[in-house]
Amino acid sequence: MTDDISAAIEAALSRIEAAQTLDAVDAVSAETMGKKGVLGGLKASLSKVDDIEERKALGRALNEAFSSVGAAIDDRRAQLVAEERNARVESERLDLTEAMDRATRGHLHLVTQAWQELEDVFVGLGFTVAEGPEVETDWHNFEALNMGEGHPARGEFDTLFVGHDENERAGDSGLLLRTHTSPVQIRTMLESEPPIYIVAPGRVFRRDTPDATHMPVFHQIEGLVVDRNISMADLAGTIEAFTQAFFGEGFTSRLRPSYFPFTEPSAEFDIRRPDGSWLELGGCGMVHPEVLRAGGVDPEEWSGFAFGFGIDRMAVMRHGITDIRDMYVNDIRFIEQF
Amino acid sequence: MKVLLSWLNEFGPFADPTDSEAVAAVAADLTSLGLAVEDVIVTGSPVAGVVAAKVLRVEQHPDAAKVRRVWVDAGDGEERHVWCGASNMSAGDVVPLATLGTTMPNGMTIERRGILGIDSEGMLCSAVELGIGEDHSGILLLDGDAKLGVSYAEVLGIEPDVVFDLDVTRNRPDCWSIEGVARDLAAWRSQDHANVGNGFTADGDSRTVPVAIQNPACGRFTATVMSGVRVTSSPGWIARRLEALGMRSINNVVDVSNYVMLELGQPNHAYDLATIGDGFTVRSARDGEVLKTLDDVDRACVVDDLLICDGNDVPVGLGGVMGGADSEISESTTEVVLEIAWFAPLGIMKTATRHGLRSEASARYERGVDPTLADRAVQRFAELLSLTCPDLVVHSGSADERSEGMPALGRSVDVRISEVNRILGTELNVGDLPGLLDPIGFVTETAGDIAKVSLPSWRPDATSEVDVIEEVARHFGYERIGRSVPKPTGHGHLSQVQIRRRHLRDVLLGLGISEAMPNPIVAPDTMQRAGISGDTLRILNPLVADESSLRLSLRPGLLTALAHNEHHRRNGVSLFEIGNVYPPTGDGLPSEHEVLGVVLAGRDAHAAVGVWREIAQALGVGAMIDQSNVPDGLHATRSGVLRAGRDVIGVIGEIAPEVLENFGVTERVAVLEVRIDGMLAGNGGSRSYRPISRMPSSDLDLAFVLSDDVSADRLERALRQAAAALLVDVTLFDTYRGAGVPDGRRSLAWRLRLQASDRNLTDADVADVKAACEAAASKLGAELRS
Repeated sequence: MTDDISAAIEAALSRIEAAQTLDAVDAVSAETMGKKGVLGGLKASLSKVDDIEERKALGRALNEAFSSVGAAIDDRRAQLVAEERNARVESERLDLTEAMDRATRGHLHLVTQAWQELEDVFVGLGFTVAEGPEVETDWHNFEALNMGEGHPARGEFDTLFVGHDENERAGDSGLLLRTHTSPVQIRTMLESEPPIYIVAPGRVFRRDTPDATHMPVFHQIEGLVVDRNISMADLAGTIEAFTQAFFGEGFTSRLRPSYFPFTEPSAEFDIRRPDGSWLELGGCGMVHPEVLRAGGVDPEEWSGFAFGFGIDRMAVMRHGITDIRDMYVNDIRFIEQF
Repeated sequence: MKVLLSWLNEFGPFADPTDSEAVAAVAADLTSLGLAVEDVIVTGSPVAGVVAAKVLRVEQHPDAAKVRRVWVDAGDGEERHVWCGASNMSAGDVVPLATLGTTMPNGMTIERRGILGIDSEGMLCSAVELGIGEDHSGILLLDGDAKLGVSYAEVLGIEPDVVFDLDVTRNRPDCWSIEGVARDLAAWRSQDHANVGNGFTADGDSRTVPVAIQNPACGRFTATVMSGVRVTSSPGWIARRLEALGMRSINNVVDVSNYVMLELGQPNHAYDLATIGDGFTVRSARDGEVLKTLDDVDRACVVDDLLICDGNDVPVGLGGVMGGADSEISESTTEVVLEIAWFAPLGIMKTATRHGLRSEASARYERGVDPTLADRAVQRFAELLSLTCPDLVVHSGSADERSEGMPALGRSVDVRISEVNRILGTELNVGDLPGLLDPIGFVTETAGDIAKVSLPSWRPDATSEVDVIEEVARHFGYERIGRSVPKPTGHGHLSQVQIRRRHLRDVLLGLGISEAMPNPIVAPDTMQRAGISGDTLRILNPLVADESSLRLSLRPGLLTALAHNEHHRRNGVSLFEIGNVYPPTGDGLPSEHEVLGVVLAGRDAHAAVGVWREIAQALGVGAMIDQSNVPDGLHATRSGVLRAGRDVIGVIGEIAPEVLENFGVTERVAVLEVRIDGMLAGNGGSRSYRPISRMPSSDLDLAFVLSDDVSADRLERALRQAAAALLVDVTLFDTYRGAGVPDGRRSLAWRLRLQASDRNLTDADVADVKAACEAAASKLGAELRS
C-alpha cells in the first residue's frame, strides 16, 4: 500500500503539472483527493489494515500525501489564475494617446474671472461686496455725485438715456444706463450707516463706438470707505495694499492730482511695474462733502475715500488680448482658451 | 492743451530745451501737479547737414520736362549741381541744400545718385521735407542775404524747443494759459514767477467806443481803441510760437490777439474800428438771426446765443465763440478796437455745442476766464503789437462795462488746519499753509488754527474749504502724503447671494457649460424674433439703431452666440449667462432682476431638465415643470414653465423651430431660463446629516403603463410617497411606447432602492412597498406591467 500511495502522489503531481486549465486542476483534485479518488480510495481501505502500527504509519503517509497533493493543486491553481489574469491584462493593451473622449468642463468668462479675483482681493482687505441696478436714475448717477443739472462734467460721460417710448426726449424720464458704478456708493450710504467698507463691481454703459480698446458695455469696480478720520493717507495705503495683493510683489502705486466732481482731493492712481514702467489704472479721491451729504452722511463726523477702475482691462492685460471686442463675441474658440 | 517750454521759460526759467534730463524733470513736475503730460514733442532740432546755398544757374533737363539741373554755391566757393523736381527757384535765390550724407527727418539718406550719367551732389529741400511747415509746393526760399554754408535753422532763427501736451482737468481753467501753467510750476519749484502785461500805458487822447450789455451772460465788456496800426506779417518768433501750438500765423494783429490768448488765457478780439460804427451792444440773438463767422460759415442763431453787435445793431461776433467775417482785420486797417470780455461758461458751452464750433476762445470761456484779466491783456496786446507798429497809440477812455453777471471778486474761505489734517492724514501746522498757498495766489491770513484764504480770480472752481485743501495737497505733494491702511471693524466677506451665485456658476461649469456675455442692449425687434412679447425700455439716444432696446430675456443673446458658433462650424455648443433683464414698470425704474439662461445646442429638452435638476439640487430649491401652457418662442410640445408655488420663475424645454430659423440656428436647442434673484437670496434649506445605513439594500423594479396626459414626475412623486421611509432612491430607467402598450400610453420603468436604517429588509417589506406603489399608481390611472 505504501507503494500505491507513492504511485498515486507521483501520478497526481505529474497530472497537476500537466493541467492547463482550472477545470483540469479541479478534475485532478477530484480524481485524486475526492472520496472516489485514488487517495480517497486508499483512505477508505485503511480500515482494512489490521495492524495498528501499520495502520498508523499508513495513515500518516496518506495525510502527507493529501497535504502535498493539495498544496500542489493550490499552487497550480494560483499559477493558472495569475496566468489568466496576466493574459487578460496583456490582451487589454491600450495606447493612451488614442483617447477619443473629450472631457468637457465649462469655461468662465474672462470678465467674471477678473471680477471674482478682484472681489477676493478686496474681501481679503476687509471689504464686503455691494451691488446696484444697471438702469439708474439721473439723481443717483449724477446729481447725488455732485454733478447737478448742467454740470459740464456730465458731458464727458457719453450717457445712454432710457425711456419708455422712443419719442421721449433724452433725459425726460430721469432714467439712464449707469455710466459708472458710483451710484452704488450713494445707494450704500443711504441704505446703511457708517462705517462702510465696500467694493461694487458691475456692468456700466457709455455711448461709445466699439473699437479694439472700447466697448459701450463694460465693467468697473468701485470702492468706498466711510469711517471716522479716514484720510488720503488711508486711500494711498489701501491702493498700495490692493496693488501688491492683486498684481504681486514688486508692483507699487502712486497717486497724482486729477479731477472728479465726486471726490476732492481727486487723484489718478498709477501702478509701477517691476520694470519701472507705469500703468494708468483708475481714479480715486476723498469723497466730496456734497456726496456724503447726498448719502445722508455728516461730513463733519465722517470722512471717506472712493476709487474705481475697469475690470475688462484687467482681463485684457492679463491675457494679452489685442481686441477687447473678442471678449464679447461669445465665440467658443475664444472662451475655451481660458 | 499744449504749452511750449521756451514760452514757459519767459516766466521761469525752468529748463534748457536741449537738456533732456531737465526737460524730463519739468514733465515729471507737471504730472505731479495734476497737469498730466501726455506727450513731449521736441521741435526745432535742425536737420544736420542742411545748409544755406545760393542758386547760381538753372538748366532744363534735356528729356524730362519736370527735372532741372541746379548749380549752387554752399559758401565754400565750389560749384555743385543737383537734380531738382521743383521750379520755384531761380539764380540768386538762397535755398536749403541737403549735402551728401544728410539723413532727412523721414529717414532717407542723401546719396550721390546719377541721372543720365551725371551725379546729383545733394538735394534742395521744401519746408515739408525739413519738418518745419506744411508747404510742399516748392523749394523753401531763405532770406537772400543769408550767410551761405550755415545751417538753414540758424538762417530761419529756429531754436530747439519742447511742446508739452497736457491733460488739463476741468477744475483748472487757469492752466489754459502759458502763464497759469508757469505759475503752478514756479510755485512747485519754489521759483519766482515773472509778470507780463504791465509795461504799456494808454497815453493816447481819449477815444471811447460806448458799450451796452443787455444780457448778463456777458459779465464784463471792455473796448479799447488803438490807432497807428499797420497790418503786416508777424515777427518770426511770434509766428513760430503760434504754429508750434497749432495756430496759423495770419497777420501781426490777429497773431498778437492769439498770442495774448495763449499766454494769458484771455480770449480777445480786434475789430477794424472803421466797420464798427458808434459802439457795441451785447444782446441775445433773435431766433433765426444769421451771422457769418470768421470761418465763412453762416450761423443761424437762437435766442440763447449771445451776439456782439455794432453801432447799427448788426451782429459782428458770436459772443465768446468767434468773431464775424465782415468786421475782420484787413490789410487796409489802421485803427482797431480791442474787445476783451467775460462770458458765463455755461452759455458759451451751449452755444459752442449747438453750432458745433469749438474755438480756442470758447474752450477757455466755457471753462472760466479770469474776469480781472482785461487790463493786463490790453497792455500785453499793445506791447506786442508795437513791435510791428512803432506808431501804435493806445487811446485812453476805453469802455469797461459790467453787468450783474460779473463774478464776485475778493472771495475768501476759512480753512481749519484740523480739517486739512483730517482729510489729508498730514500733520501740518497752520503756519505751513502760506508757503504752500500764497505762491499760487491763494493768499492766506492765519488766525489761530484757522487760515482765511482769499480765492484767486483765476480759480472760479475754488469756492469751499475742501477746494483749498486740494490745493494744499497738490503743492504739499501727493507723493509726500503718508500711507496707512484703515482697519475695518467688520470682516470682509461675500454675501450669501454672492456665494450662492458663485456656486451656481461652478455647477454650470461642472456640467460642461461655458459662460457667455452678450450685449443686454438689443435691436427693437429682437425680442419679437425670439417670440418674447412685452414692451421694452428704449435707449433714447442710441449710437446705432440696432442697439436701442433693453432686453427682457437672455435667450436672444445666447441664440445669437450659438448661431455665430454654428457658422464657424462649432456645433453642440453649451452656453450660459447670468445677467439682468429690464422689464418696464410704469414710469420709474424697471423691474430689473437677475436671470440665468442656458442653451444647449444639439441637445433635447431632457438635457435642459437635467441641468435644472442639478441646479435645483445644488441650491436647494425646487420648482415644478408645468407643460400645460407653453410660452411663445418655445417648442410647443417639448417645453413648459417652471413653477415655484404660484409663481412662474422660468421656462424650460427647447427653442421653437421658427425662432431657431429667425436666429439662423439649425441645431435643436435645449433651453433653461430662470429668474435667480429669489433662488440666490434663499438659504437653500438645511442640510443636516442623514446617517448612511449599514444594512443591505434591495432594488425593486416596477414598470407602469401610464397615460401620456400624466407627467412622469407625478408618478414619481406618488411612488416616493408610497415607498415612504424605506425608499433611498428612485430612478426612471426606461420608457417604452409601442407594441404591447396601448396608444396614448407609455411604459415607465422605475428602479426603487429600498433600505431600512436598522434591520435587514424582509421579502414582506418589499412586497408591502410594491403593493403600496401599485395602489398609489393606480390612482393616477397607471397599471403595473407584469
